[in-house]
Amino acid sequence: MSIQYYIILCLTLFSIGVVGVLTRRNAIIVFMCIELMLNAVNLLLVAFSKMYHGAALQSAANTTVGIDAQIFVFFIMVVAAAEVSVGLAIIVMMYRNTHSVDINFLNRLKN
Amino acid sequence: MSTVDILFYLLSAFAIVSATMVLISKNSIHSVLWLILVFFAISGHYILLNAQFLAIVNIIVYAGAIMVLFLFVIMLMNIKKDAEPQKQLLVKLTGVIAGGSLLTLLIAVVKQTIQIQGKQVLLKEGSIGLIHPLGKALFSDYVIPFEISSVLFLSAMVGAVIIGKK
Repeated sequence: MSIQYYIILCLTLFSIGVVGVLTRRNAIIVFMCIELMLNAVNLLLVAFSKMYHGAALQSAANTTVGIDAQIFVFFIMVVAAAEVSVGLAIIVMMYRNTHSVDINFLNRLKN
Repeated sequence: MSTVDILFYLLSAFAIVSATMVLISKNSIHSVLWLILVFFAISGHYILLNAQFLAIVNIIVYAGAIMVLFLFVIMLMNIKKDAEPQKQLLVKLTGVIAGGSLLTLLIAVVKQTIQIQGKQVLLKEGSIGLIHPLGKALFSDYVIPFEISSVLFLSAMVGAVIIGKK
């Protein structure tokens, strides 16, 4: 499978996430679209890791080239889990104060 | 067309359709459920790339933990369906056009880049995605980031509790 198919798939998923962030006003949906973008990038990292691994396998039999990208993906998932817990806490706090999850409320952060 | 190709196209179509449904669902809970389907499709891609550890972690962490957190928050808020704010049609159209332009531009760039012309992705082979090599690398070269991430989790937990308490 050519790497270009993977890049186009990930770009499509990323763009869908961008469109979601731009068009929706529900803060939770916007947050979910950010998660979607993160996942598209993760998939692309894994695809590139397998691309370099496949190229390196032809010269050495038991090489571990490309394992760094998979560890990066693992750490991105770790950071995303931490980020989601804090972000959802902020959304819950915002809902308690305003009784809505409208993101336009946040355009005046002062007061 | 081999089985792997057919699986790739099926999973890709599944992921893109589900991601689109996340956007156009009116109900937030339906959006969460569609997003879980996207994550399952991406896990299928990981399995196709023989990144088995990441496929399992993706299902456990994303589809299991994070999405349950989202569902909890949405059900806690009890948002009325008709009260959900909508952007104006012009703003929505502008957002779609902007995203589509970004996609078109990036695809055009990818099509013309010579560095990736003819490069192949190794599917269903290669052992770097298995637990044994990943665990070796994680606990030898990357042991310090791994330990720091536990501190990050602790601080995120304390932060979430403090934000949620007041």
